[in-house]
Formats: sequence, structure tokens, C-alpha cells
Amino acid sequence: MSIAYYPGCTLKTKGKNLEKSALAAMEVLGIDVEELPRWNCCGAVYSLADDDLIHVVAPVRDLVRVAERGQDTVITLCSMCYNTLARANDLMKNDEEKRKTINDFMDEEPDYSGEVRVVHLLDYLRDEYGWDKLKEKLKSPLNGMKVAPYYGCTLLRPKEVALDHPDRPVLMHEFLETLGADVVDFPNAMECCGSYQVLGNPDAAVEVSHEILSGAAEKGAEALALTCPLCDFNLGKRQDIILEKYEGASEVPIYYFTQLLAVALGVAPEECHFELNRDSAAQLLKDKNIISAVPA
Amino acid sequence: MSTTTEQTAVEAKMIPIYVMGKKYEVPETLTIMKALEYAGYKYIRGCGCRGGVCGACSTVYRKPGDYKIYTGLACQTVVEPEMYLTQLPFYPANRATYDFHALEGNPEEIFGLYPELFRCVACNACSKVCPMDVEVMDYIAALKRGDIAAAAQISFDCIQCGLCASRCMGELPQYHIGQLARRINGAYLTPRAEHLATMVANIEAGRYTECLNKLKSADEDELKRLYTEERELEPAQAGEDWTPKENVCL
Repeated sequence: MSIAYYPGCTLKTKGKNLEKSALAAMEVLGIDVEELPRWNCCGAVYSLADDDLIHVVAPVRDLVRVAERGQDTVITLCSMCYNTLARANDLMKNDEEKRKTINDFMDEEPDYSGEVRVVHLLDYLRDEYGWDKLKEKLKSPLNGMKVAPYYGCTLLRPKEVALDHPDRPVLMHEFLETLGADVVDFPNAMECCGSYQVLGNPDAAVEVSHEILSGAAEKGAEALALTCPLCDFNLGKRQDIILEKYEGASEVPIYYFTQLLAVALGVAPEECHFELNRDSAAQLLKDKNIISAVPA
Repeated sequence: MSTTTEQTAVEAKMIPIYVMGKKYEVPETLTIMKALEYAGYKYIRGCGCRGGVCGACSTVYRKPGDYKIYTGLACQTVVEPEMYLTQLPFYPANRATYDFHALEGNPEEIFGLYPELFRCVACNACSKVCPMDVEVMDYIAALKRGDIAAAAQISFDCIQCGLCASRCMGELPQYHIGQLARRINGAYLTPRAEHLATMVANIEAGRYTECLNKLKSADEDELKRLYTEERELEPAQAGEDWTPKENVCL
């Protein structure tokens, strides 16, 4: 049976390069996923207020959609969707009282108590597919490419849903190493990009994003790999603002981890939609002879 | 055996219903709309087609011992004993102003015109009250991810009654947003009917003028004759390639 796939809204609009490259890569790997025929926005941010259960309804409804199809696993690509779905699932599994409140409220849906497993493509590759098997499938490994893994916040916090050790993660390191890249460790890998501060306090977001990019560059990274469309917005789409503001700041190509996975598997660069990245992204892959030409 | 059948009138059973809190005894066979008229109310608005498609006669009601909110179109829903009802023929919901022909038909335009779209928390109260069983929350969800075509499809049966908006905790005017999605889908996303231009050109070139003039100059008897005797009906099981024998006007 195929695995249920939950894309999330941004992957259908601004983050098409994340979704398209992932689907192409999973096809090469033989990971059989099928997008849920019915799904709603997960809410993107898990509400921290203890009694704010209405904001848990959206992700739980998505989990019900998986369960009612008889599927036991849902795979995500966006780290914010992963985080929101996994935390809602954790609540439904472990908090009997809140579970009852939510199930009573959602009386038009079957009761749900956390039966579905929420995974992210990264931990799926590590735990179920296996790095060794992935390595065998590579056609254009990222040899000679110095890439810094950027985890951000939502893959690792809180610990209940963390894909790896919250302070000393190796998951993305291992992933990039498997793809053949020279992994560049840097101290800002788990720091926040500024997230939604970009709306209310854009200067603060630019400042922390700059620290992340310069932190990676100082350690010799030629590029940054990430999993989150909001991190991509702050670090990639708004990088020009950072370059303008900070003297000495240098261009850092930003990739979704799935784009690096796809090109390493030999997927055509056109399918990775680098036109939605900074121009430097496709150019670096060309310079490293990982792709033969920058797509028009 | 008698050749005549005795027809006995059967009196409909009378049942109590509550209209805006006041009790009325009405025949159990009536729709809510007719029951209201039976009880003495007269519609000057809030009543349109009486056929379940215009969306003017939304009713909200509850039943004894049941916490659920029920809805229906008054012209289509039969009364039930002890129901408490009120008409909700209109619900205030702001419709954005836009120059439709200036739109390009992309999701960002909808986001800009209706930013409250993102206040949806997927509570699904809208879908639960829709008298047309439209999955309102699902078309809002589709729009949030920019899928205008899906939103147009899912909202297709909407009759703009406004009940969804009345229940929305995010204060969305769902039915106006859905309407914009359907307009954009129809005008910008659906492939254009290329043969239409040819047809319009044919009309303008006078291809059908003679046929029409012939009909216009015919008297009533001639029209009746043409309609009842000469008209060639398309057979019920006709295939795609069926054409009438008389094809001068095609």
C-alpha cells in the first residue's frame, strides 16, 4: 500500500521546488506515496497555549483523513507541517482529556486517538529506506560540494517530535554525507531564521538570517540545505536584502534538501525547479559538474 | 366489483412547530415555507424560486433533545413536530470590489481581495450547515493552497444562501470567495471554446438570418405546425454524431 502524502499549502504555491523535486526523487527511489485526496491547511504553527484546542482541530482533521483511508503512515516534506501534524498527533495519543474534547467537537468525523504515524522524508530515509540503499541509487553524487546542513527549529523541537537529538543532531549531516557532499558543520545550524518575525519586525529577521548565512560561510560552506519554506523565504528569497545591508556578506546558494537529493539521483534539473531558487543554486551545481547545464 | 372508486379525503395530521418561539399547529405534510404561510405569514422577501435553487429561504432549526443545529431551504424541507425554526434569508457578508477584467486569475489576487481566507481554522461549521451539502471548508482549504479550479469544482452547487458565513468563527464570507473562484475558473483557467468564435462569425455573416426571418414572419398556425409536425426531435439515445436530416440551419 502506498504511503499517504501530506504536501501542505506552501508546497503548492511558493514552494513548488520542494514538492516537485521530492516527488521526482521518491519515484526514483521507489517510495510509493499518494497525495491525500482531501486535506486542509495544518495551521502551520502549533499553538503554544495549553487550552487553545481549536487550532489543533485542523491538523487532527488531516490525520483523520489518513486514518479513514486505512493508512497508518503520513509522510511530510515541509518541516512546519511535520511539526504541527506530529504535535497534534502526540496530543491525541497522550492526552486523554483533550482527546475527548476534540473528538466531541469534531462529531462529524470518526474518533481519533493518534493511530497514524507522522514521518518526515528525512527520518523515513534514515529509518526505513536506509542510507546504504540510498547511496546505491546515486547517479551524480555531490562530490566536492561543501554544503552546510541547516536544521532550523521545527525538525528538532520540542523533543517529543524531534527527528534527532535536539542539540546535537546528525540527521541532515548523514543525509548530505550519503549524497556525497562535504558536510560543513557550523554553529548556527539549529538557530531560528527569524521565522514570522519577518512580518512584524523584518529587521530582526534579517539580522538573525544574516548570522546564519555568515556563520555557514565562515566555516567554508558553499551552500545551505534546508527543509522549510519559511526558512527559505528568510534565507533565500530575502537574501538580497541581507547582502545589501551587511558589508562583506556573500552570496550563499540555498537548496531544499529534496533538490539535492533529486539531482544526486540523476533527476533532470528542470524537474527540480531551480528557477524558484536563487540563480546561484543551479549555477553552483553546474560549476561542480553535478548538472550539465543550468536549465533555461 | 364497482367501477367507480370512492375517493376519501384524508385530513393531514396537525403538528406543533415553533416559529421564532411562537407555537403554531400546522399540517405535517407542508414544507416550512407553506407552513409559515398556513400560519399567516406573508413573504415579501426571503422567498424566491420555491424550487430549491435560488437560496433565498434558508431556515435554521433545532429539534427537542438534540444539540445539533439543522438547516434547510424552507421551500424544500418538510416540517417536523416540535421544531424550533427561524428564517435566515440573508446574512451580512462583505463582497470585495474588483474589476474582474483587470484580474489575471492567480491565487494571490484572491488572497489580496479576501485576506480573511487565512483565518479559517478548519472547524468545518460551514460545511455542517450547508443546505446544499457543499464541503465549504474543503473549498476554502483548496483556495488556501491556491487551487482555484478545485475550489470552483467543490463550490459548484453553492446557492449563495449565506449560512456558511453565519457560522464562521473566522468571519469569512465563504460564498463570495467561492463565487470569485468560480468566476476566475470560468474566465481564465478553463480552456476556451474555440469553436464559439467561428459560430459568432457565422451569425454575424448572416448564416442564420434567413432561417430566423422565416420564423419571424410565420403566423401562429404556421409556427404551431412547424413545432408539432415538422420538428425533428433528437432521439433519446442519440449518439454524439447525430444530426437532423434538415440541416440548412446548422
